[in-house]
Amino acid sequence: MTAAVIAAAPREPSYLAYRGRYSGILGWIFSLDHKRIGVMYLIAQAVFFLVGASLGVTMRLQLMRPDNHLVQPQVYNALFTLHGVIMIFLFVIPSLSASFGNFFLPILIGAKDVSFPKLNLMSWYLFMIGAVVALMSLFTGNGPPDTGWTFYVPYSIRTSTNVVMGLTGVFIIGFSSILTGLNFITTVHRLRAPGMSWFRMPLFVWALYATAWIQVLATPILGITLALVVVERLAGVGIFDPAKGGDPILYQHLFWIYSHPAVYIMILPAMGAITEIIPTFSHRTIFGYKAIAMSSMAIALLGSLVWGHHMFVSGQSDVADITFSLLTFLVAIPSAVKVFNWTATLYKGSIVLEAPMLYALSFIFLFSIGGLTGLMQGALAVDVHLHDTAFIVGHFHYVMFGGTGFGFFAALHYWFPKMFGRSYSDKVARLAWGILFVGFNTLYFPFLILGWLGMPRRYYTYSFPQFASLEMLSTVGSWILVTGILLMVGNFLHAALKGARAEDNPWGGVTLDWKIPSPPPLENFEQIPVITQGPYDGFEGQAPR
Amino acid sequence: MKRDDMNADHQHHEHPAISYGKFVGVWLALLMLTALTVAASGLQLHVVGVVTAACVATLKTLLVLYIFMHLMYEERIFKIALAVGVATLAVFIALTFADFPFR
Repeated sequence: MTAAVIAAAPREPSYLAYRGRYSGILGWIFSLDHKRIGVMYLIAQAVFFLVGASLGVTMRLQLMRPDNHLVQPQVYNALFTLHGVIMIFLFVIPSLSASFGNFFLPILIGAKDVSFPKLNLMSWYLFMIGAVVALMSLFTGNGPPDTGWTFYVPYSIRTSTNVVMGLTGVFIIGFSSILTGLNFITTVHRLRAPGMSWFRMPLFVWALYATAWIQVLATPILGITLALVVVERLAGVGIFDPAKGGDPILYQHLFWIYSHPAVYIMILPAMGAITEIIPTFSHRTIFGYKAIAMSSMAIALLGSLVWGHHMFVSGQSDVADITFSLLTFLVAIPSAVKVFNWTATLYKGSIVLEAPMLYALSFIFLFSIGGLTGLMQGALAVDVHLHDTAFIVGHFHYVMFGGTGFGFFAALHYWFPKMFGRSYSDKVARLAWGILFVGFNTLYFPFLILGWLGMPRRYYTYSFPQFASLEMLSTVGSWILVTGILLMVGNFLHAALKGARAEDNPWGGVTLDWKIPSPPPLENFEQIPVITQGPYDGFEGQAPR
Repeated sequence: MKRDDMNADHQHHEHPAISYGKFVGVWLALLMLTALTVAASGLQLHVVGVVTAACVATLKTLLVLYIFMHLMYEERIFKIALAVGVATLAVFIALTFADFPFR
C-alpha cells in the first residue's frame, strides 16, 4: 500500500469520539493516546500563555509613564519573574514539541503511537505537577520569587522569597522535558513506517528529533544546577555564594549550558512547523530538504556550545569571551540556511495567503529581526553597551514570540482542522493575524530603540522623559496585541464548538497527516503505510525547479 | 526501518549470568577506589589531585555501567548512546575551562 491510498480506508471513530475504559474527563487524563496527550498539553499551554501574557501587560502598564507607581517595586520584581518562568518553562519550552509534536510525530512517520505511551502520559503529569508547584510559589511562603526567570546567584540564595518552591517546580518540569525527548528519539528510531528512510521523514520530524537530543542531554544540567541552589539555600553549602567561598559565575555557566540550548528547544519545532506550512501553501516541494534537515541538527549541536555569550560582562575570561563570540556567529549559519531555503521554496510557487501562511511568513520576518539583533549582541564590544538593556528584551521577544509564538500560532491554524475536525473562520483568522502583527511590532520594536538609548531591563520605573513616548507606544502595542490574541482565541473557541466540519485535507498538503481522516482515528492508520516517495513529492501541477 | 527488523530489535537479548563473586569483587574495587579518592584529596596535589579524582570517578562509573548495569552485554547502539552523553559532558567541561584558568 502506498501513502496515497490511506484515505481510502474505511472510517473508524475519531480519537475524540472513541470510548475506552473511561469516559468524560477521566477518558482524557488516563488516556495513553498520543493525540489526546498532545491536546492536553495544548490546552494547558494556552492557559499558561494567557496568564503569562496578563502579567506582561501589567508590566507594560507600570512602565507606561515615567515615575509610575501602579504596582509596588517588589510586586514588579515578582511580575517579571513569574512572566518569565510561566512563559519560558510552561509555554515556550514545551510549546510545539509537547503539543503538536505529541500529536503529529507518530502520524508523520506512519506510526500508531509513540514508543512509550505510558511514559508519555507520565510526562504530562510531571509537567502539570511541576506547573502547580511553580504556581503555588505565588501564594505560599514569603511571597513569589523575585529573582527573574534566570534565578541568578547570589541573590537567589539570599532573597527571602519563595525561591525553593519555584525551583522545585522547574526541576519537576525538567523531568517531563527529558522523558518527552527520550520518547521522541526512540520513536523516530524505532517506529518509522516501512520505506520511511531518514531522508523521507517530514522536516517537522527532523526538527523534533534535533530538539529531543537537546532535551535529553542539556536538561539534566539545569536540574542539578537548580538542585545545588536549593542545597545552598537550605544547607548553607558554599557552592555559588562568594561569601561562602562559592563561585557565582559557575552558576551562570551551568544555568546557560542548559538555558541557551533551551532557546533552540523552543525555536526548532517552530522552524519545523514553518517548514511544513511553506511547501503546502506554495504548492511546491521544499527547497533544499537535506540542507534543512542537517541545519536542524547543526543548530542543536552549535546551539549547545554558545552559552557563554550571556556572560560577556559577567567577569568570565577574555579567552572565553572570544571563543563564545566566534561560536555564536557560527550558529547563525544553519539558521540562515533555513531562512534562505524557505524563501527559495516560495520562488515560483503558487502562493496562497491563508492564515497559516500569513503566520509562517511573519515568522520568517520576525525571526530574522530576532536573529540579526542576536548577532549584534554576539559582537563583544556592542554587547557591553547593550547588555541588560531593553534591547535584550526586544531581541528575545522577537525570537521567542515573533519566532516560537508566531510559529505556534501558524501550526495551530495549520493543524487545527486536522486535530479537531472543525474549520475556523479564515476571515477572522486573517484579521486577528493583522492585528497581532501590528501589535507585536508596536510593542517590541520600541524595546530595541529604548535599549539602544540606555533603558535598562527589569527596572521598576524611570525618570527620563526621553523614554516616555516609546514606553507609551510600546504599551499601546500591548493593547493591540492582546486584542489580536483575544480575537484569535475567540475564533478557535467558536470553531471548536460551532465550526463547520473540516475536510480531511483542506490545504492540499501531501504529508501523511493529510492522508488520514480529520480528526484522526484512535490508531491513526487502518494499516501501517508503506512509504514510496519523499515527504513533499506529489503537489499537483508542480512546476519543475 | 522495516517492521520485521523492529520486531527483531524488540526481542529480549539473553546474556550470561554474572556470578555473585564478580559482583562482590566489583563492589570491593569501588570501595578501594573511593578510599583512593579520599586519600588523594588529603595530599594537596592541586591539579594532579583533580585529575586523579576525575580518572578514578570515570573508572568507577564504567565499572557500574559495564558490570552492574550489564552494558558489556548490550548492543553497540547502547554503547554509542553512552558515548554521546559522555562526549557532550566532555565538551561542556572543556568549554567551561575556556573561562576558569584564564580569568
